[in-house]
Amino acid sequence: MSIAILGTKVGMTRVFDEGGASIPVTVIQCGPCVVTQIRTVEKDGYSAVQVGFGEMKARNSTIPLIGHDFKAGTTPKRVHQEFRVTSEEVANYALGQTLTLESLAGNKFVDVTGISKGKGFQGTMKRHRFKGMFASHGTERKHRAPGSIGGHCSNRGFGGGLKKGKKMSGHMGAEQITQRSADLVRIDVENGILLVKGPIPGPNRAIVTVRAAVRLNRSKTKRAAEAAKA
Amino acid sequence: MALQTIIENINNATLRTDHPRIDVGDTVRLHLRIIEGQKERVQMFEGVLIARTGRGITEMITVRRIVENMGVERIIPLNSPKIAKIEAVRRGDARRAKLYFLRERAGKSRRLRDRRRGMKHVAGSPVVQQG
Repeated sequence: MSIAILGTKVGMTRVFDEGGASIPVTVIQCGPCVVTQIRTVEKDGYSAVQVGFGEMKARNSTIPLIGHDFKAGTTPKRVHQEFRVTSEEVANYALGQTLTLESLAGNKFVDVTGISKGKGFQGTMKRHRFKGMFASHGTERKHRAPGSIGGHCSNRGFGGGLKKGKKMSGHMGAEQITQRSADLVRIDVENGILLVKGPIPGPNRAIVTVRAAVRLNRSKTKRAAEAAKA
Repeated sequence: MALQTIIENINNATLRTDHPRIDVGDTVRLHLRIIEGQKERVQMFEGVLIARTGRGITEMITVRRIVENMGVERIIPLNSPKIAKIEAVRRGDARRAKLYFLRERAGKSRRLRDRRRGMKHVAGSPVVQQG
C-alpha cells in the first residue's frame, strides 16, 4: 500500500459535467503533508513513513511533539500517521519532505478512509438492516424487535449461550470506514482540493485519508481502462 | 482558508450570472442545449415559471407549458450548463411563490394577469407606488 494523503472533509456541493448532469461531490482539502519520521528495518524493525498533517498552535501542542516535528524542520502538526512501505521505497522519502496531491493526479478512482459519524446505541433495524416485524396482523409492541435470537448453540455446535457475533442492538457508527473507488471528479494540486463523487465517512472537518483506489469492481475497471485509452 | 470559503469558491465558478431576473409567474423561454449524437442544437421551451426551489448552486426552476392540451413541466437547475439562455417573455402577476394551482386550471383561468398593466411593479425595477 502506498502512502495516502491526509485531508479535511470540507463538505458537499454539486458540480455539473460537460453534458450538464449534476454530480454530487464531497470537497476534501488535502495536504500539504510533511514527512515527520522515517522508520527503517535497522532501527525500528519495520519500514514505514510517518506523515504529519494539520496546523496546530505550539501552545496547544506538547513539548515532545513540538520537538518531534522540529526534527523534521516543520511546525507542530495535529495529526501524525504512519504508512507501511517496503524498505526499498523508504529511500524515496526524506525527513521534512512535503507530500501533495500530485501523487493522486491521473487517477480516476480513490479510496477515502475516515471515522464515521457516531450514531449511539441503535436497534437492529438501523444497525444491521433487520426487517423488523409486521406492522399489523396481531403484532403488539414488537414492530422493531429483532425476533428470535436463536437457541443454545456455541461456536462448536453445542453448549449453552449464543453464537459469538450475533447481530444485536448496540453502539453504531464512530468506526473506521473506507469509501472504496469513489470517482475522482476534480483535482486541484495547487490548492490541494479534491472533489470526490458521493459522500465520504465522517462529519465535516473530519480528518480523512485519500489514496488511489486499491481494487475496482468490474464496471469501474472498464471505465478506468477506457480513460487510460483515451 | 475557511472551509466554507472553499465550497463557495467552487460554487461561484459554476454559478450563472448571465441570466436575466425572472420571477415566479413570468413567461420564460428556455434555450436548452440538446446533444444528439455528435451534433448539438438548441431547443426552445416556453412556458410559465411556476416555482423556484433551492438556492445558490442547487436552485431549480419549474417551467410549465401546454402542449396539445397536455401540461408539460420541465424542472431544471438554474445553473446548469444545459441552459444556453433564458429570456423573460412576459411578466406575470403572481401573488404566490408556487403556482401549482395552475395545474388544475384550464382555459382562460389558466392565464395570469400581466404585470405591466396597472400593476405595482415590474420585476427587476424598483417598486413604484401608483395612485
